[in-house]
Amino acid sequence: MKTLQEVQAEVVADFSMYDEWLDKYEYLIDLGRNLEAFPEERKTEDRLIKGCQSRVWLDTTVEGDRLYFRADSDAIITKGIISLLIGVYSGRTAREIAEDDFSFVDQLGLRENLSPTRANGLASMIETLRRTAQNLL
Amino acid sequence: MTQIEKIRQEFPELGEQVYGKALVYLDNAATSQRPLSVIRKWTEMSEKYNANLHRAVHRIADLATSEYEATRDAVRAYLNAEFREEIIFTSGATASLNLVAYSFGEAFIHEGDEILVGEAEHHSDIVPWQLLCQRKGATLKVLPVDDGGQLRVDLLPGLLTPRTRLCCVAHISNVLGLVNPVKEIVNICHSNNCAVLVDGAQGIVHARVDVRNLGCDFYAFSGHKVYAAPGTGVLYGRREWLEQMPPFLGGGEMIGTVRWSGSTWAPLPQKFEAGTQNIAGTPTLRPALETAEALRDPAIEAESEKIKELILNKLQNDPRIRLYGVPKTPEEKIPLFSFSVEHVHHEDLALILDKMGIAVRSGQMCAEPLMDRFGVTGMLRVSFAPYNTVQEAEYFIASLDRAINMLVG
Repeated sequence: MKTLQEVQAEVVADFSMYDEWLDKYEYLIDLGRNLEAFPEERKTEDRLIKGCQSRVWLDTTVEGDRLYFRADSDAIITKGIISLLIGVYSGRTAREIAEDDFSFVDQLGLRENLSPTRANGLASMIETLRRTAQNLL
Repeated sequence: MTQIEKIRQEFPELGEQVYGKALVYLDNAATSQRPLSVIRKWTEMSEKYNANLHRAVHRIADLATSEYEATRDAVRAYLNAEFREEIIFTSGATASLNLVAYSFGEAFIHEGDEILVGEAEHHSDIVPWQLLCQRKGATLKVLPVDDGGQLRVDLLPGLLTPRTRLCCVAHISNVLGLVNPVKEIVNICHSNNCAVLVDGAQGIVHARVDVRNLGCDFYAFSGHKVYAAPGTGVLYGRREWLEQMPPFLGGGEMIGTVRWSGSTWAPLPQKFEAGTQNIAGTPTLRPALETAEALRDPAIEAESEKIKELILNKLQNDPRIRLYGVPKTPEEKIPLFSFSVEHVHHEDLALILDKMGIAVRSGQMCAEPLMDRFGVTGMLRVSFAPYNTVQEAEYFIASLDRAINMLVG
């Protein structure tokens, strides 16, 4: 199995292939479209991530010491971003996630290029992943 | 060079680029761009006239006070108010509305009274009245809009009771872009002894405001939406009301005398201008309103009409798009358009348009009850100013199509 850092480096490499922001968005939209379907009955208030302009739901399953994430959003670009995140973190151990510094998100350039309200949403998504893992340690 | 090109050169921000593309600024209803005359006045006040107002006898204080008070005269003339003391400077429309909610409320609202508010109001014209109603045990009632977004003025006489003290409506809705029939509303309300407050945040930009002609009791607006510095605003109030209302904030130049046994208040308008005022900002209202006047030029207005026609044609005829605020006649719509696109989230559209260089607004536009009314979580809004061009409108339409195609696939 690849290390978390290796997976992150691959995601950064994939994303940096696109020079134009519109192309990066096309890529995120594609990721969003292909995200595994999220069960409607799990779109509950407690799975909703606060601080996003669009609605984002995150559902976590724990198997042994590993965390598995599923997510959905009513906005497709957000869905693409969360797909990137759970693609990296789903299946990792609670310790790996809790100890990660999430700096690969900065390498994607998403933080500075998303609007401040969206950047808050991204920060909320990361914080939720981190806290979920932290709570299991 | 066309007239509009010349005017655009007066607004430095309009020449900026975003992501290597020329900025197309279509978020004017949130804040307008500022002309050089305003920026210069703002700087001049900081460089040459920086002293506190009204208090000191020294030369600079005198000059600063003259600038400030000359601005009051200019605003009075612009609004055609009868008296200069009917012009109160505030930090913005929100502050103006809260002032009325507190001070008019203290004097005139009692348990069991009613306040009537339009359904399409901005939160700043809802929440102060909710707070007032909680404080006084009064009731907040809503004057609805129809499916096209038109205010149901026909329901107004039936909603007014002998206990309705105040009716609060926008001159022009910040979401629907429709001009409300304020004169008619004033006539109906006044014949029922109900005062009328007009939220003029959009009205001051797009209408020729004459408070005596409108007949309203209060008219509130922000400076930053009408080319002036942020943190500036105006409350117009009829003198007989303002005289009977207690102060809102205490301290600074709003006092007459202060004794341990009690204090008295300064005469109008100082009674409502507590604390140090926006010394550098408020005088920018003068060049700002001069700009607004200058932009009311036939050639520029013709360009605005053309933009309105183009955008309305697009938004009303594209089957994927739903427009909120459908005008019955072109005159009642300003070039401000809120809409949603089938199967597309407003925020996705705003993000993609941003990358195309177009600044728009997405979300609830500070009007959650109106979002609920139309059953949406948010909308996309494009709002044009007189300095926007037909080419920008055409670029927006083409970009919107491209963005929708990206998202619908």
